[in-house]
Amino acid sequence: MALLEVRDLKVEIPTRRGLLTILDGVSFNIDPGEVLGLVGESGAGKSISGLAIIGLLEPPARIAAGTVTLEGRRIDNLPREEMRKIRGARIGTIFQDPLTSLNPLYTIGRQLVETIQTHTSLSTRQAEARAVDLLKQVGIPAAESRLNAYPHEFSGGMRQRVVISLALCAEPVLVIADEPTTALDVSIQAQIIALLKRLCREHRTAVLLITHDMGVIAETADRVAVMYAGRIAELGPVAAVVRRPKHPYSSGLMGSIPTVERRLDKLPQIKGAMPRPGAVPKGCAFAPRCTYVRDLCRAERPELYKTEETQSACFQYDRRWEKAHA
Amino acid sequence: MALGGIARAWRSVVTSDVYYSFRSSKVTVAAAIVTVIIFAACFAAPLIAIQDPYDPANFDLGVAMRPPVFWGGDWDFPLGTDDQGRDMYSAILYGTRLSIIVGFASVLLAMALGVTIGIVSGYVGGATDAALMRAADVQLTFPAFLIALTLDGVVRGLIANKVLPFDHDAIALPVIVLSLGLSFWPQYARTVRGTVLVERTKDYVNAARIIGVRPWRILWRHILPNAMGPVLVIATINLAVAIITEATLSFLGVGMPKTQPSLGTLIQIGNDYLSSGDLWITVSPGIMLALLVLAVNLLGDWLRDALNPKLR
Amino acid sequence: MVAFLLRRLFQAVIVMLTVALVAFVLFNYVGDPINAMVGQDTSIQDREKLRQDLGLNDPIPVRFARFVANAAQGNFGLSFRTAEPVGRMILERLPATLELSIVAALFALLVGVPMGVYSGLHPKSVGSRLLQAVSLIGISLPTFLIGILLILIFAVGMGLLPSFGRGDVVNLGGWTTGFFTASGLKALIMPAVTLGLFQLTLIMRIVRSEMLEVLRTDYIKFARARGLKARAINFGHALKNTLVPVITITGLQLGQLIAFAIITETVFSWPGVGQLFVTSVSAADMPVMSAYLALIGFLFVSINLLVDLLYFAIDPRLRTAQAAAKAS
Repeated sequence: MALLEVRDLKVEIPTRRGLLTILDGVSFNIDPGEVLGLVGESGAGKSISGLAIIGLLEPPARIAAGTVTLEGRRIDNLPREEMRKIRGARIGTIFQDPLTSLNPLYTIGRQLVETIQTHTSLSTRQAEARAVDLLKQVGIPAAESRLNAYPHEFSGGMRQRVVISLALCAEPVLVIADEPTTALDVSIQAQIIALLKRLCREHRTAVLLITHDMGVIAETADRVAVMYAGRIAELGPVAAVVRRPKHPYSSGLMGSIPTVERRLDKLPQIKGAMPRPGAVPKGCAFAPRCTYVRDLCRAERPELYKTEETQSACFQYDRRWEKAHA
Repeated sequence: MALGGIARAWRSVVTSDVYYSFRSSKVTVAAAIVTVIIFAACFAAPLIAIQDPYDPANFDLGVAMRPPVFWGGDWDFPLGTDDQGRDMYSAILYGTRLSIIVGFASVLLAMALGVTIGIVSGYVGGATDAALMRAADVQLTFPAFLIALTLDGVVRGLIANKVLPFDHDAIALPVIVLSLGLSFWPQYARTVRGTVLVERTKDYVNAARIIGVRPWRILWRHILPNAMGPVLVIATINLAVAIITEATLSFLGVGMPKTQPSLGTLIQIGNDYLSSGDLWITVSPGIMLALLVLAVNLLGDWLRDALNPKLR
Repeated sequence: MVAFLLRRLFQAVIVMLTVALVAFVLFNYVGDPINAMVGQDTSIQDREKLRQDLGLNDPIPVRFARFVANAAQGNFGLSFRTAEPVGRMILERLPATLELSIVAALFALLVGVPMGVYSGLHPKSVGSRLLQAVSLIGISLPTFLIGILLILIFAVGMGLLPSFGRGDVVNLGGWTTGFFTASGLKALIMPAVTLGLFQLTLIMRIVRSEMLEVLRTDYIKFARARGLKARAINFGHALKNTLVPVITITGLQLGQLIAFAIITETVFSWPGVGQLFVTSVSAADMPVMSAYLALIGFLFVSINLLVDLLYFAIDPRLRTAQAAAKAS
């Protein structure tokens, strides 16, 4: 049984100009202990997916349809207090900017102990010991004395380690990491990713890794979902999606990543731009920019069709493709 | 062709976000209507008042202390009369007009003064900037009301010592406008200076300077428009504060005199009669003052929210 | 930390000197000290002699220094209006004003903060909108109108509270207080509420807007994502971060309160230094005016300094920033 099941998730925001659909029927699974990457450009709906799963969508945004199931139990329609118990204890979260994620007026020891005591029945002393242990695990030197330090006394990479320790302190089964390295120096990024990978493997925690950085995905993820305009374009094992992408958008994405192995004069680009919510065309969202487009693509919206290794939301892999005209 | 331009301008206003937020807030629309009515009434005062409340010849002690119509009086004096036989209805109309004029005049003065100082300070920099901002800081330590009060006292002292050869009552209006204007300038100056400092380092200013555009032209055409947004925000808050401060000073006896009463003066005149139950001399101007300031505050609130990019 | 303190002290001294200069100018150049002290028919020679004796013909810096030295000892000469020593007049009335201001400030804080917190936590509720409306009225009504309104309701209307004066006061070694008598306490209520109301609405609005701002931050989002209880988030994390700027703003406002006491004291005939100031402005009594300004300046500067120190003590970021600035 999958650990997390997201089925046809739809997120809408009512605005003055009408109803905007941010997520339009997104489905994916995460197995226990696996790392699923969620990748796409800004505005594709990656972060919203994470927020929707843990029930932290900012009103007026709301889940309009679909289900989210954790360990067989539906969590998208839970009462507030029930959902609160799941956050932190079953699902941990890491956000992008470690500086703004930590309360500047509380010591990190206090923030750790508070979180630990919220989800367990440990005494303060026990919680402190646990906190020190966690800090050691994430690689903070002199952990005991650092309990009384304030967030601004740490460097960016150290802060993100503290954030990771906070996300893992109640032993969740799933961690949602939303752009965990984007705000960090390039040299630190690799360390943090390695740390995350190692800890999650040790604790057998699954990870939903949200990022726009394909390099991080290739390094860390087991499977990857490519998002486009609030929908999933392709879903499959990392190696397959990266080396043999089966969706025109994924191909374009992988093709535009510079590597040392290719000689290029010009970086290939996909013509056009991703449609904004509310401006998504009928049919396949990628149709206006696709070189393989046929009339079927403009008329109907594709589902995820099985290919050899992955699932792709492209009519090329549907039975009706041959009969469709350009 | 001009008509087409006006039509287009009207279209752009009516469909703009600002207008939308105006129309969608009933409170703001109500406030706007009230404000328009008040303004129209006061500035039409010479036409719709019963008498000129500034001319003592109009007062008849024989009709002094008459209550308003709904309290046993008659329609000759619908809102009653004061202790000198002055008609309250006319006095309130003229008094509100005074309050509004003083409010606007002092805000304009403060704006002109503050913006000028802010621009000079920001552009010239150096010791001038330091001195001016130091002065602004010292003045900002004290509430504007206190400064206005002090300035009024200074003028009285100068008059008493025959340095100023005027009768205080005669120059009360300019004195109050001057006192208020001088007490409000620092806020404008600091804000504008901040904007100037930011804009001054931008490339377009350097480019203009290199081409040889005159400094004042750069300031006027490029930097000033950028500063006007925050200045407008300050001005809307300032207007309500100015009206309240003038009313307070008049109430304390150091603002507009009894010969040329503003709403605050009228309230003060009636203050002595409260305990004997003759409330109308104080209450009617009081209500008018409260309405006026409330309306100004509501409009100002809406304007600030509508202009605030963060809330869009 | 020490460097910071020294710098603020230096700034404070500069402001004080500027205020002293203004007071000095008021005292000597707007009013004529000699005129206040002698009658109309004193001869010109006698006036000149008096001028010389009092050192009024000395060079300006000398006179300024003398003025400052005198001021520091509380000596501001004699009032133009009553010929009493100004220092004593002010000292007599100071306790009344200070008591009133402090009670008003406490009232504003103790009522305004909870109201603001409630309004920030439930911004769209009926109660919150009601509070917003009331606060708008509070800011729109001039202080004197509020005072008059209260008098109309509670003194003229219901006869519950006195509309003027301080009631009976107890003299504790020079400080007169109204706290120990029933009439003193009753007399304190309306003036304190009147004076504090504007502050209250201000505090309420600031707390509400700070709270809303804080609740939108990333660290609150992260706290929610960690599953912390609502109470811990709202009254722990959010409240603490909200109160830090609020407390400092309130401290600064205390000085403003003391100045605005002028109005309240006039409405309620409260025998404080504010009422004295108004009377002296009407009478162009320069010595009293300049003494009051010097006093207020001193109070403001001291309060500002204390508030800066308080801020330093509360916000851990400032302490490290100072150390880092020193090290670099």
